[in-house]
Amino acid sequence: MSGAMARRRLLALGGGLALTGGLAACSSPLASGLTGSQPNTADVIFWNLFTGGDGANMVAMEDRFRKAHPDTSVEATVLGWGNPYYTKLALATASGTPPDVGVAHLSRLPLLAASGLLEPIEQTGLGELGVTADKFTPAAWRKATVDGTVYAVPLDTHPFVLYYNVDLARRAGLLDSGGSLVRLEGADDFIAAVKAMKTAGGAQYGAVMSITADPSTAWRCFSMIYSGLAGPVVTDSGTTIALDDEAVQETVAFLQRLTGGGLMPGNLNGSGANALFSTGKAGFLFDGEWQIPSYRQVKGLRFDVVPFPALLGPKPVAYADSHALVVPRNTARSDTRTRNAALFIKGLLDNSAVWAEGGHIPAWLPTQRGRAFLDLSPQRHYVQAAFDAQYDPEAWYTGAGSDFQNVVGGTITEALAGRITPKGAAPALRADLERFTTARPPVTMK
Amino acid sequence: MTTVAATRPAPTARTGTHTAGRPHRSERRAGALLTAPFFVIYLVFLIGPLLVGVVLSFFNTTTVKDGLGEFVGLSNYSEVIGDPQFWDAMWHSVLFTLLTTPPLVILAMAAAILASRVRRGRVFYRLAFFAPYVVPSSIVALIFLWMYTPQIGLIPKIFGAVGLPVPDFIGSTSGGWTAVTLMTLWWTFGFNFVLYTAAIQDVPSDVYEAAAIDGAGPWQQIRHITVPMLGRTTSLVLILQILASLKVFDQIYLLLGGGPDQSTRPVIEYIYDTGFTSYRGGYGAAATMVYFVVIVVISAAWYGLRRRRATRTAA
Repeated sequence: MSGAMARRRLLALGGGLALTGGLAACSSPLASGLTGSQPNTADVIFWNLFTGGDGANMVAMEDRFRKAHPDTSVEATVLGWGNPYYTKLALATASGTPPDVGVAHLSRLPLLAASGLLEPIEQTGLGELGVTADKFTPAAWRKATVDGTVYAVPLDTHPFVLYYNVDLARRAGLLDSGGSLVRLEGADDFIAAVKAMKTAGGAQYGAVMSITADPSTAWRCFSMIYSGLAGPVVTDSGTTIALDDEAVQETVAFLQRLTGGGLMPGNLNGSGANALFSTGKAGFLFDGEWQIPSYRQVKGLRFDVVPFPALLGPKPVAYADSHALVVPRNTARSDTRTRNAALFIKGLLDNSAVWAEGGHIPAWLPTQRGRAFLDLSPQRHYVQAAFDAQYDPEAWYTGAGSDFQNVVGGTITEALAGRITPKGAAPALRADLERFTTARPPVTMK
Repeated sequence: MTTVAATRPAPTARTGTHTAGRPHRSERRAGALLTAPFFVIYLVFLIGPLLVGVVLSFFNTTTVKDGLGEFVGLSNYSEVIGDPQFWDAMWHSVLFTLLTTPPLVILAMAAAILASRVRRGRVFYRLAFFAPYVVPSSIVALIFLWMYTPQIGLIPKIFGAVGLPVPDFIGSTSGGWTAVTLMTLWWTFGFNFVLYTAAIQDVPSDVYEAAAIDGAGPWQQIRHITVPMLGRTTSLVLILQILASLKVFDQIYLLLGGGPDQSTRPVIEYIYDTGFTSYRGGYGAAATMVYFVVIVVISAAWYGLRRRRATRTAA
């Protein structure tokens, strides 16, 4: 009996200890997390989804801000790119414990805005700091506007661009006297250039692109060419299919001229495209500018990057997305915190030349036109793409890392691999789109 | 998991004040207390979420908004059941199970028997067969992706070098299934191998001795002693393997992204794509419930079948 007593006393003691431990920890982030209050561990809490080179650049920008504003502390948290990030941002905001500043893709903005998760930029005091529409790339600022309200401050534009191997291009006679790629105009011109890379340049392939198991890249390429001919594939906030069958057919036929004739492999994945372009076995590479840092590290590879020329339509189109800074809605946020958040956003914009080293075109015009950025090559060669930017259509299901890109891009991948005919592509895409236009939206959009 | 319980010494009957079979009150209480941590975790992390999932499946819940959202009745279920993509995904999970279960069971048994009969370096073989199982799926997928990569990968290069037509491992549906099956075989077969190795050690050596005296060769010993004695282990391995294969997600997601064109997307990825990527939490919950019912039915059917067979052999 006494043994049981002793045990009980021991248990009680242990419980008491655990309890006092818990009480003492009340001020810690863990305890405030358990009680659901915001852990104000810094003046500005900043969430982003950047790792690798972009992550390092972002940290450098944060450090510059800290140096310029020693009184304002910044705590940055990096979360996994794509869904893990957006799910956490949305849930944290919905439950009233959001960060003060977050990063969002502009292609994802329509849904975030419609869910009421974001503070309109007008109410953050950024306007008083000089952050106004006239100082941004117009296309990016337009995309940051949902139903007449601006919900995000664009940090950059990151377009789908045309890489070329300088040595192969010279041998193929594709360089002008200034040493840059000759002006190409229209589909035939472009295909002739790809052919020249292969025949005269001596490349194994005229062009490469990541196709296999990479539906987003396939979608970017398709969307860019298709947008030269027709408007968005869905309208009315994503409830109506507006697919132009003829434009689809023409676009796919063009893509198959590249992949069908051996100019470009129809079954190459990301690492394959990377290896072939890095080793000088491919003349052109179709990819996002964010790959520039990784090709920079390749010894002996001389390459340059330009916007895609006009292919099927009259004007060049650049498929693009933008990283933007948002202030998630929080009714409990004090005016001081909001002011600090605005200050921090302004600081990131001012330092966005650092950001441009990752290949991105600064959306903030004072930086885009500043010395620090204009000294960057090849970054300064494709600035025009930011002005010709074409984003994902506005809907609750579109955007970076979305199931929409995965599904529609999957069909384009099949077309690029030659398993769908140009004529068969439109019905296949229509079936894909129907899955989204008929699904019940998680939030009502205007 | 003993296969032959008779070889173990029977537990000696306990002497004490309490009658056999009915533990003392304080012992019962101790038992309840000792299992309490497990039950709490089970309730909080399994039963709780399951019930929340059931509730969510009747609402248009989304991950971008607070609360449950509007009540939609059974319409999530009717949409799931009416979506051919869902049934495609279900079929892909079943197909993966059909492709992987037989080789994973048969090869594991064969390898375990062979490894147990090796005279020298038995530990090395056991380790070598089991080692891949401890490698994380992301790393296995990265390595195999490099080997399968078209144009530059090791395996397509080998096919090309010996003059065989190069299969499109990641870009085509049949190639994708081949790629993911081979990778899964190499990666997970170690677990079944260990189960079989343990069971083989439980086969009493006197049975082999008796067989040897009667003139049975090694092959006859394997066929008539080892394999039948492993029967119970085989049925356990089989059900574990079927359930594990039905739950496939990471290999296919990492290696193929469910592609090409969703032709290999397993049902868990369908749930992930709709519930998280497309923010439709309620719909994803409904799909999960349908899938859950299917899994429970399969397990229950298997359990019933085993019991019937067990009673029949006992009779």
